[in-house]
Amino acid sequence: MAFLRAFGSWLPPRRVSNRELAPLVEATPEWILEVSGIEERRYASETDIVSGVGLLAAQDCLEKAGATAADLGMILVASGSSDRFCPGPAGQIAAGLGLASTPALDIPVSSAGSLIGLTLAAQLAATAGRVLVVGTEIMSRRVSLTPEGKNTAILFGDGAGAALVDADSGFARIADCCLFTDGSSSEVLFVHDGQFQMDGSAVILHASRKIPRAINELLARNQLAASQVEAFLLHQANLNLIARVAAALKTPKERFFTNIAGYGNTSSASLLIAADEWHRGLTGALAGPLVFSAFGSGLNWGALLAIPR
Amino acid sequence: MDPQVRILKVLQKVSGKEISPGADESLFVSGLLDSFALADFVTGLEEEFGVTIPDSDLSARKFDTIGKVEAYLAAKR
Repeated sequence: MAFLRAFGSWLPPRRVSNRELAPLVEATPEWILEVSGIEERRYASETDIVSGVGLLAAQDCLEKAGATAADLGMILVASGSSDRFCPGPAGQIAAGLGLASTPALDIPVSSAGSLIGLTLAAQLAATAGRVLVVGTEIMSRRVSLTPEGKNTAILFGDGAGAALVDADSGFARIADCCLFTDGSSSEVLFVHDGQFQMDGSAVILHASRKIPRAINELLARNQLAASQVEAFLLHQANLNLIARVAAALKTPKERFFTNIAGYGNTSSASLLIAADEWHRGLTGALAGPLVFSAFGSGLNWGALLAIPR
Repeated sequence: MDPQVRILKVLQKVSGKEISPGADESLFVSGLLDSFALADFVTGLEEEFGVTIPDSDLSARKFDTIGKVEAYLAAKR
């Protein structure tokens, strides 16, 4: 068995409003808000590195869990914007935590990487004990703040999130998960020459069908209806996309936690940043099932079901 | 019913607009579709024509004019 024990996050202090960004990409602040639901995003400083941002989220998560790095059996780190292609940030985060032999593996998948990490952690907890999952991104270095880069520049922000999956204790048990990959459409979302490339229409088209399908499949095989879910925690890609998913599931969008307005799309970090903020706002024990879902490069997508223990 | 009329019916329903574009007129340029409406358009076509559009066909280029949609659906039959 595996349990969600704690979340953590870290966001850089620099806020970049639509008003600041709009003239750089020849758009208006109102248009950015309308097409994305984003009001501002955070940008890392020039001296921040992807592993350093992730380390701060990891430390926050361990502190909230009342755990130490020495308790960890494994670390999984998702990032689509790592400073180096190989090795990625996992080893540096482990080293930053003072670990010299704990396995630390990279998941180089933007947007969906944290969901993949949680799914793997749920499987590995039986042997690893406690698995720390981190999603860390400095996406602002992967977009072009020009009119040509408008479609990605308006969306992305920087930050990191983390989750501790524990074999023995936590506030919710990971009951089931599903992951999917379709490499035949990988060209709609990828990093090329250090810059994020995205066919926005195709991504929306794929995501707005694949995410509800994955959630419905997961709920159906666990004899649950969407109406029974306490909260949906999704990759914060675009507020309009989240509303589409809610409509497809015939579920009030208020049941979908969102914080994209303040942070933008932080790619693989967003799911865990959202989870951390949602969990901080939870009063009392979890009352019903939780559903996590994400869609990202690969294409990779899926969903995870956690239930009160 | 003429396939183009049925396609237009779906298009007008998802866009909420009563305009009728030409067969080769871009549905994006005409303002009938955007990234999000396209997803509803594809789902509406599946329901109206009783077909399943596979994920491998999820490209805006295949659905950006009435003519392309008609040709695509004809090939599915």
